Amino acid sequence: MSRPPRPLDDLRSAYGPHLNLAPPGGWDADLEPDRLVKTHCCFCGQQCGIQLKVKDEKVVGFEPWEAFPFNQGKLCPKGVKRYLQGNHPDRLLKALVRTEEGFAETGWDAAMARVVEGIQRVQAEHGRDAFAVLSGVSLSNEKSYLVGKFARLGLGTRNLDYNGRLCMVSAGAANKKAFGVDRAANPWSDIELADVIWVQGSNVAECSPITTDYIWRARDRGAKLIVIDPRLTPLARTADLALPLRPGSDAALTNGVLHLLERWGLLDRAFISARTEGFEAALEAVRDCTPDWTSKQTGLPAAAIEKAARMWGEARTSFLLHARGIEHQSKGVENVLSCINLVLATGRIGRPGCGYGTITGQGNGQGGREHGHKCDQLPGNRDIENPEHRAHICRVWGCTDEELPRKGKSAQEIMEAIHAGEIKGLLSLCFNPVVSLPDSDFTRAALEKLDFHVNLDFFLSETGQYADVVLPSALHEEDEGTSTSAEGRVIKLNKAVEPPGDARPDWRIMVELAERLGRGKWFSHFTSPRAIFDELRAASKGGTADYFGITYEKVEQRMGVFWPCPEPDHPGTPRLFEGGRFFHPDGKARFVPTPWRPPMEVVDEAYPVWLTTGRTVFHYLSGTQTRRIGFLVEQCPHPYLEIHPRLAEAHGIAEGDPVEITSRRGSLVLPAKVVKTIRPDTVFIPYHWPGNLGANRLTPRHLDPVSKIPEFKVSAVRIRKTTEDRFPPELAELRRMAFEARTNQPVLPEQVF
Amino acid sequence: MVSDEYGFFIDPQRCIGCRSCVGACAECGTHKGRPMIHLDEMDRLESPQTAPTVCMHCEDPICAQVCPADAIKRSEDGVVHSSQKPRCIGCQNCELSCPFGVPIVFSGLEQMLKCDLCYDRTSEGLRPMCATVCPSQALLYAPKAVVEQMRRARPVRDFTVGELAVRTRTAVMVPDPETPLHLDAALLIEGGLE
Repeated sequence: MSRPPRPLDDLRSAYGPHLNLAPPGGWDADLEPDRLVKTHCCFCGQQCGIQLKVKDEKVVGFEPWEAFPFNQGKLCPKGVKRYLQGNHPDRLLKALVRTEEGFAETGWDAAMARVVEGIQRVQAEHGRDAFAVLSGVSLSNEKSYLVGKFARLGLGTRNLDYNGRLCMVSAGAANKKAFGVDRAANPWSDIELADVIWVQGSNVAECSPITTDYIWRARDRGAKLIVIDPRLTPLARTADLALPLRPGSDAALTNGVLHLLERWGLLDRAFISARTEGFEAALEAVRDCTPDWTSKQTGLPAAAIEKAARMWGEARTSFLLHARGIEHQSKGVENVLSCINLVLATGRIGRPGCGYGTITGQGNGQGGREHGHKCDQLPGNRDIENPEHRAHICRVWGCTDEELPRKGKSAQEIMEAIHAGEIKGLLSLCFNPVVSLPDSDFTRAALEKLDFHVNLDFFLSETGQYADVVLPSALHEEDEGTSTSAEGRVIKLNKAVEPPGDARPDWRIMVELAERLGRGKWFSHFTSPRAIFDELRAASKGGTADYFGITYEKVEQRMGVFWPCPEPDHPGTPRLFEGGRFFHPDGKARFVPTPWRPPMEVVDEAYPVWLTTGRTVFHYLSGTQTRRIGFLVEQCPHPYLEIHPRLAEAHGIAEGDPVEITSRRGSLVLPAKVVKTIRPDTVFIPYHWPGNLGANRLTPRHLDPVSKIPEFKVSAVRIRKTTEDRFPPELAELRRMAFEARTNQPVLPEQVF
Repeated sequence: MVSDEYGFFIDPQRCIGCRSCVGACAECGTHKGRPMIHLDEMDRLESPQTAPTVCMHCEDPICAQVCPADAIKRSEDGVVHSSQKPRCIGCQNCELSCPFGVPIVFSGLEQMLKCDLCYDRTSEGLRPMCATVCPSQALLYAPKAVVEQMRRARPVRDFTVGELAVRTRTAVMVPDPETPLHLDAALLIEGGLE
């Protein structure tokens, strides 16, 4: 049994979240840096360049890095305050081992011995595959690569998957089907050259803030902007066309637009016939998607749909961007394919100002999904079931085909198998499923069933609370390596300081574990991130995500290198598909038909309101890092329910009122935030918080059948006004923390609220 | 000296409310955790509009006019500075009189501090901290000629406050009147296209 070993209040007082409000020594300390370290932000796939100020071997602040071309010094508030995750009172400095009385700090050797015993016991009793690994893509390319190899050869398990399963997999699967490769097709500089920019299911201003300026630079040239989202996000406020569609109806809209493009003759027939396959079937699937039909599905006026089709169809150059809004659905892959169909139908790809891309969400969401971090994948974006691909990796790794496990379960499926008692052991790192997987009561019940759980993290996450052993790992700024941005640009992360106490980089922990498990022959040569990268280069050689020609020196000299980069003298490939050459063997792109189907859960009499979830600009993913940084907590201390005044009035709800939100999974009470910027049939909750404040207590475990992404963006709830005493106690604590961040006073005076 | 070629432009239209400017301002070596920028949510029920306020650096700054201690100076390059510590008596006249609500008398310090265009940075050819980090470039520091050519919004430097005409060094960008404004999802659903 792996319940949290002490009451949650106790765990909170010992391990946080507490706030870091100021640099080491306080604001009055001498913060003049000894050196500036050029590196990148750890939050989000934009991977902005930043310089960290180091004084007395501590990170004390930041300085913009204006020479880095992607962001030219620009940073969102998470980037500005990221340095406060260092020198943090909650930082794990020693290994923790579960005891009868709670977690106890213990020496490194004892902790590692217990981990080895736990792994060996589970695998001896239940088989190798009964021990799973859940990882994440805030890890560098080197660490991501190593996790894949460690799970397969260090543990010999097929059950490895990662939190990109909650992020980029729908886009990845669709891009592979359509283009034969999974990467944004263009560098972001092409956004500025586009005449029409189509943004669907992406809250650009909050989730990829730097992209906002690229879009505005295009608008200054006269570009038109279309924003499609159930909420009017900050970017939509001034868009040329804002389409607040019903949650889950994205493919209906794009199908309807394709229908009109064909009807109005706004197709690039020459491109379609020369460079693509499958157009007629795609067209057949949208035969009945008239404006009236589309209007009915999307809840948008037919005239608005026609206007969108006209703007997109008549454009000379264009850029289509999408993100989790369309991907976090049980038809995430189809939504993406239906967007790609619009791009291919107009032939506007592979040229300056003609582009397409998903906006990768996680820090290394791009690179971390290329090198064997996924249950069905080997390095270089190879397929784990393809005999040739397996043979290449066996050669590089020096193992036999029998030693290399086959395809395993995806992240949510691993959690289901843990719940079913089929998987008994878990190594988790860089992933906080208690907050980030759907139906969190189910996730907690599953984790309680594990025989053995080891967690690697720098803070005690809500998932770490369920572990038997927690090994302290290193922050982003305490190690070097590479990462690959949303553009497909490989960049260099540089080490600013040493990890404190017993903390060490995840790669060191995995190499040591492999050695202790008697599998050192495959890992002992990894004495540095560079050594791992050199093997990654060789392993990726010949794959679609080919890094062979990329070196640390080249990345630093060129301010990043875009893959594929197959040879040392190759300059890299900022723009894919030039000359209409795609990555399928015949060089052509594929239209894939996307016949309409509804979301897995739709509103009904019992649950009449749509729920959609997402991020805010002030927090990153499950909040393990950002819920500990004073400034960010001050701006956004707790979740809330966004609701249109019309729906609010119908339930007698006013601003700040307690609202009980109930789905088929569970129930939450949150304060109302009454705004006109959301559809009146839809409510929204940001998801970064745990427990009684977790939006994912409400979301369903419905998965896309291909990508296995959960349908975070569409579910059905009912709402009712309730009383203040129903607010969970966590809310008062977060309000106190916001006051502390604002005033540096830890105790909330009575009269303030 | 700060170059006269460069201007500071505020474009609320672009503002995404992320408060990166506020956070970065506080990080400036001389501010010691105190931001000099205000970022206001206009009326969240009605709109996601937010607006940053930095010093407008008036040609004839009212804060300096009303200062009984003559503690507020405008340098030749048009930058209005924080109060001079030995002179400032913390009377808050500047705070009360500024038409843009910029100066702050910090309790504890008993001194008025304000946005000084990051004089330590701009006098050495760097951009101010806020305009460097601003993700949407709603805060922009760039050559005036480039901005007037590059951006569709129009810079305005003349304001009327009550009966007072105020000319400023900092410009506010006024949107192209053609720019649509979407504030209510319900209206869009019901067929109002704009």
